[in-house]
Amino acid sequence: MMWDYFRLAFKGVKARKIRSWLTMIGIFIGVTAVVALISLGQGLQDSINEEFNKLGKNRLTVAPGGGAFLGPTSSNLAVATITEDDLDVLNRINGVDSAAGVLSKNARLEFKDEVDFINVWGFPTDKDGENMLEGISFFEIEKGRQLRSGDKYKAVIGYSIAKDTFDKEITVGSKLKIKNKIFEAVGIQKKAGTGVHDVIVRIPLETAREIYDEPEEFSTIFVLTKDGYEPADIVDEIKKELRDSREVEEGEEDFSVQTAEQTGTQLNQILDIVNIVIIGIAAISLLVGGIGIMNTMYTTVMERTSEIGVMKSVGARNSQIMFLFLVESGLLGLVGGLIGLILGLGIAKLGELLAVSMGVEIFKIHVGGYLIVGALLISFLAGTLSGLLPARQAAMMQPVDALRKND
Amino acid sequence: MNKPIIELKDVWKIYQIGHVKIPALRGLSLSIHSGEFIAIMGKSGSGKSTLMNMVGCLDIPTKGRVNLYGDDIASFTESDLAQTRGKKIGFIFQKFNLIPTLTAFENVMLPMIFQGIPFEERKKKAQSLLSMVGLSERSAHRPGELSGGEQQRVAIARSLAIDPEIILADEPTGNLDSKTGKMVMDLIIKLHKEQKKTIIIVTHDEDVAKYAQKIKVLRDGLVIGQKK
Repeated sequence: MMWDYFRLAFKGVKARKIRSWLTMIGIFIGVTAVVALISLGQGLQDSINEEFNKLGKNRLTVAPGGGAFLGPTSSNLAVATITEDDLDVLNRINGVDSAAGVLSKNARLEFKDEVDFINVWGFPTDKDGENMLEGISFFEIEKGRQLRSGDKYKAVIGYSIAKDTFDKEITVGSKLKIKNKIFEAVGIQKKAGTGVHDVIVRIPLETAREIYDEPEEFSTIFVLTKDGYEPADIVDEIKKELRDSREVEEGEEDFSVQTAEQTGTQLNQILDIVNIVIIGIAAISLLVGGIGIMNTMYTTVMERTSEIGVMKSVGARNSQIMFLFLVESGLLGLVGGLIGLILGLGIAKLGELLAVSMGVEIFKIHVGGYLIVGALLISFLAGTLSGLLPARQAAMMQPVDALRKND
Repeated sequence: MNKPIIELKDVWKIYQIGHVKIPALRGLSLSIHSGEFIAIMGKSGSGKSTLMNMVGCLDIPTKGRVNLYGDDIASFTESDLAQTRGKKIGFIFQKFNLIPTLTAFENVMLPMIFQGIPFEERKKKAQSLLSMVGLSERSAHRPGELSGGEQQRVAIARSLAIDPEIILADEPTGNLDSKTGKMVMDLIIKLHKEQKKTIIIVTHDEDVAKYAQKIKVLRDGLVIGQKK
């Protein structure tokens, strides 16, 4: 029986094509935006969580000014610096297993007469440096080897730089120039897909200090905590010790210490706020769309007054008329929602492809079943609720008055 | 004769338009028995359409009783009235009143949908009714693609969909030329003779009324005479 009402309602929607489409646009623009934003946002959140889980909980970063876990790049902007002195302080703290400082610089890279500007990381080649690399997939080697103690003017090349940056591929043994000094590529990194680690060149820290004439400074210090210590406690300890050695007051630190977890939580909190804003936008757009449906349904009921009279004269009860119009308005909502869902997922997928094309290959949109069911259910409900008053008006019409309408 | 199936006793219907009360029926009484063919004649404003609405359960009287199979329709709920219309009465209108978005076939099925009759049964019934009115080949057409005569024949098929005992026809030939009007009247006569339907036809056309067994003449909301 339901099916008959759906068919009748569908005919009603189809008979007024332009109006039905315009009404549905009111619903699907909102749904499109929300579905796209939520599946992108959720995907972003997933990728971030995954990355931080990979890094492990026992990793901390110390950076001048604001923190930057994924790399030292942004610390170039900070005025305050961290130096070998700070590294010594860290290494003396109980609970710190090892600490390694990285110096990052923007550099002119020359390969077979081609030039590009990339990010160079001066990475320690001692035991602490090796510890730091262990277990982090971003720095794994595809071909060749890692930098090792005693290397000078050797380089490990990020995947994208090796494969894509220059006309010719950089391979193990290739000679290239950084700041006009000749380096030998000893290793090519595996593809990391994070958007950061594929476009760096790692060289020994001492070599970086030499060519950039930076004998003391670090961009970031990576810290590994010992097993059995709570990373958050170590953060407090590090802060205290660094405040003492750098002679700054609590609350006025010119450095930052973060755990991987903290950084992840902060990002998650931001994304949660974004989600709330999205839901707010969704609610407003559905309300506006719903008012559009209500408007359309009132017009439809007016226009079809005599049809309502006819249906009543052939035995339709008030409840059946009401139901018929509710299904019709629900259908407008549902089809609007369905189109919105498809468009939204399409846009999200485009966003994913765009991110991947820009090197962030770990990014995958997240399309939860709840999102699909929720979007359809909520748009159907919005349609039905909006149709409630118009459908009631149709149902309550007196058959004689309704029939007289077409005289 | 048996008890009448339709009985109006001292029926008043007063319409209020603004502060003015306009009586359409003023104490009209009338009995119709099962299997009768009655024409109701009168000028416009004589109350014949109002009478039709009462008998068809589309409206209830201001005063007086309208008994349908012994029950006073004034005591009916809206749902009872709809049920009665859906099960006992078939309407044929002057303006055909088909649903423009539905095909002829679907229009004939419509009353059965509201009665909850399963699709297969509806389909069979609608097909046989359309073939009875000679429109089998036109069943997939919408009303806009049918001539006036064809539309009215679809409407007749629709009025028979739920096998009502009573057929109410309000100026069924009013919008048709005389040739198609004759064709429609022949169908209605056939319903009376072969299917023993009770037919009530409202008209101001003597040629239409002459087919009826009885002609009631209305003026100013009262039956003022009976021909035949």
